[in-house]
Amino acid sequence: MSENREIRIEVPVLARVEGEGALELSASGGQIETLRLRIFEPPRYFEKFLEGRGHQEVLDVVARICGICPVAYQMTAVQALEQAFGVQASPWVIRMRRLMYCGEWLQSHALHIHLLALPDFLGFESGIAMAARHPEAVRRGLRLQRLGNDLIRLFGGRSVHPVGMRVGGFHRAPDPERAATLLEEMRAALPDAEDLVAFTASLDLPQDDQDFTSVSLRHESEYPLYSGRIVSDRGLDLAVEDYPKHFQESHVAHSTALYAHLDGEPYLVGPLARLNLNHDRLSPPARAALDATGLQLPSRNMFHSVIARAVEIHEVVLEAIRLLESYRPEEPAHVPVTVGAGTGFGATEAPRGLLWHRYELDAAGKVRSAQIVPPTSQNQARIEDDLKRSLEAFGLHNDDDALRLRGETVIRNYDPCISCATHFLKVRIQRR
Amino acid sequence: MAGQNRNQTDALDRLNDRSNPRPRIAVHKFSSCDGCQLAFINAGEALLELAQLVDIVHFAEAGPMDPEAAVDLAFVEGSISTPDEAERIRKVRASSRYLVSLGACATSGGLQALRNFNDDGAKGWTEAIYAQPAFIDSLDTATPVAEHVKVDLELWGCPVNARQVFQALRQLLFGVAPVVDKDKLCVECKRQQHVCVLVAKGEPCMGPVTHTGCGALCPAFGRDCYACFGPAENPNTAALARRFEGLGLMPEAVARRFHFINSHAPAFRSEWLAWKQGS
Repeated sequence: MSENREIRIEVPVLARVEGEGALELSASGGQIETLRLRIFEPPRYFEKFLEGRGHQEVLDVVARICGICPVAYQMTAVQALEQAFGVQASPWVIRMRRLMYCGEWLQSHALHIHLLALPDFLGFESGIAMAARHPEAVRRGLRLQRLGNDLIRLFGGRSVHPVGMRVGGFHRAPDPERAATLLEEMRAALPDAEDLVAFTASLDLPQDDQDFTSVSLRHESEYPLYSGRIVSDRGLDLAVEDYPKHFQESHVAHSTALYAHLDGEPYLVGPLARLNLNHDRLSPPARAALDATGLQLPSRNMFHSVIARAVEIHEVVLEAIRLLESYRPEEPAHVPVTVGAGTGFGATEAPRGLLWHRYELDAAGKVRSAQIVPPTSQNQARIEDDLKRSLEAFGLHNDDDALRLRGETVIRNYDPCISCATHFLKVRIQRR
Repeated sequence: MAGQNRNQTDALDRLNDRSNPRPRIAVHKFSSCDGCQLAFINAGEALLELAQLVDIVHFAEAGPMDPEAAVDLAFVEGSISTPDEAERIRKVRASSRYLVSLGACATSGGLQALRNFNDDGAKGWTEAIYAQPAFIDSLDTATPVAEHVKVDLELWGCPVNARQVFQALRQLLFGVAPVVDKDKLCVECKRQQHVCVLVAKGEPCMGPVTHTGCGALCPAFGRDCYACFGPAENPNTAALARRFEGLGLMPEAVARRFHFINSHAPAFRSEWLAWKQGS
């Protein structure tokens, strides 16, 4: 097939991502000239809705940014609000937040691996279609996903837009009997989680090493989830409130998501970045299962992100078991809160990567201004960079369908949450 | 009311008139957080079972992709907030025998309908958030699907839950009109024997005017309902608002209780306006 013919491909909607995006590229003489990941997510103006809202309303608003990772938004906001009010959550509350967050990682990663990413690697249109040929793999995924949702429900009543969190802690401590039941189910799921690590490592993944900067939180002793300093593999080491000194958001014509850069350069957040920077913080059993795969870290191959997600599933199942084993309810499940003027920052690791919030509150404890930087806008520049390099490495001589599928697979490695967007992925390839 | 029933029957007849016994269904997304589609995606085994009963021809997030296909049953998530979406929803309606609005955004405009009440529309907000507002192509309002095309069944909730969605779907597959409980949340809350947070704790609970369906989650957690399932049938919002004032809420705070997840729903919109003007 000629690399020079002029051609145009349109795929009306990008499947198996959360939200609406499009890919446009033009190529000439086997070289990509321009490449854009377009995001059409209709702006939803969350930062403006938050102005004038009280602290409980903030948690109910930010959950609605994303149906798949509402817990991440609530965890990050609650940290910032507590800092602004000078509230110190108790060690029990911090442990319980970590436990609840494990549930979100588990459901989100299980959903992504099985229903969004795996069909690419096994050659199916969807997880549903894949279920006929690989029923056990799909059912394992659905079991893990359900368990993650159940863990969120334990603390929040429902897994989408949960209602249990408040500034200072939780509205109510989970019932010990329900926690004990969930502990048994988590223990029973451990073999599923272990198998998943080996299974993803056995997939025939493309080899495409690239140079990029990984950014994540780093905690003094734990695998990063709820807290830590912001670090990179190029020596960055920042307190959460110093994020704006090195990270800048900008706006381009083809996207309703803002682009974030680290000192002017693209960077990676998410499971592979976290694992690259924190594999020494995995618990011993998760470390052993990872070592058994032979995966070398740090990895420069974005296709390894599916393995990173499986390793993180294993880690959070182990962590949930550990935290549930020592579970005792505490009442009240929150510390007292006195509202007042102040500014607070929050940073946590959402399933898709670093999530950063800043709130300025008035004397009545109402939001004066809010700033939210989601993982997908941080990855956007990196995705474009990756697409350009990986499609050239793949070879522009491939036909349009193959190029489109490879492009979509590359995008899905990042599990972009464009809903935090919408979903028209038009792939438009112009060859000249 | 009679007219509405008549319309429902017509739509149901169209759905039941299909030539293939196995219905073709689509799940469409507009401006939303994707959370209501999760009623399907989080359903586990039930999702696989559903795929045995129907042909899922379009469901972008789950994989099947054919947005313009003619279908028997369309589920629509999200509100209409861009010129493109206003055009697209008309195409969806034209190609669907029966259309269900899935959740708060599709049914009332959802949280992002708060933009509808901004003095200069969305424009001022666009300028505050985006460095180059000219790049943003957005309508001044985020509106429910029913303000654009006819909706045959409304499912309320932010988010809807799997039980609600699968119950309606099951009834439609049997060819009967889905029964939606439009009672107040209080009824469900009493049934579960929760301590009333309004009476016992003096919290400004929206339960007395809110559509049931969530399972009375907030009172179960000892907190006040914030009406994410929208207004119930015949809600006495004025009496509840006066009660909130009696609890010590300032008029502005009373107004905000109605100006939240379902701000564009007429019953809540009018109560918000009444208290906003009084503040």
